[in-house]
Amino acid sequence: MSNSPVRTTFLRDGAEGRAVHDVGGLDFGPIDRHEHDPALWEKRIDAMLILLATKKGVFKIDAMRRVIEDYGQQEYDRTTYYEKWIQAIRNLLVEQEVVSADEIEQRMKEVARHHRDAGREVADDRIDWSTGGTR
Amino acid sequence: MSAGSGRPPRFRAGESVQVAGREAVGHCRTPWYLRGHAGVIASVHGAYHDPERLAYHKPGLPLKVLYKVRFRQADLWRDYKGPANDHLEADIYEDWLGPADGKERGR
Repeated sequence: MSNSPVRTTFLRDGAEGRAVHDVGGLDFGPIDRHEHDPALWEKRIDAMLILLATKKGVFKIDAMRRVIEDYGQQEYDRTTYYEKWIQAIRNLLVEQEVVSADEIEQRMKEVARHHRDAGREVADDRIDWSTGGTR
Repeated sequence: MSAGSGRPPRFRAGESVQVAGREAVGHCRTPWYLRGHAGVIASVHGAYHDPERLAYHKPGLPLKVLYKVRFRQADLWRDYKGPANDHLEADIYEDWLGPADGKERGR
């Protein structure tokens, strides 16, 4: 069961026919080679992916790559590695009808309220549901 | 993930091949910087479920043969300054490969 995803390719601006993510060999400046420990939220996302893709079989890793590749250039370049993962996991849970977008939004509001009530600062950032750039 | 394939591999280790120069619509595992370039089959990995179908929640059939292909770095990058025998190896599925026609992609 799934909300049939559409086969499409979003192209990177001024990079011949390259798709947004297909940047091998383009110049993005020097690579930051510093090691760092993954944060707790990053470890949790890693665990979620293993559960959903390997243990539960909700989607394949290939589907996650496809969703990330379809973000559109602006979103693809703006987000970090695990931000890309969690956005893709969220969208695939909806695509595969495990939960609805409304259920996720509702739960996010509850969590935010819980943290505000406890006196913690809550960022207003939200991840856009729309994906894809210009073709 | 590897499974038996009905068809034998089209290419053998040591054979010259060329990566298709086409554009892909949707998910595919062949990077842009290799498209149109000639290389040599380094080894045959076996038959795998097709990532171009798995990405859309399809069963990934028919299976596709996956190869390790070796490219000369000097063929891939303009003004490559490393040693002349530097190589790069990449995993490429059979439907992206054809026999080498002796023409390298222009850069």
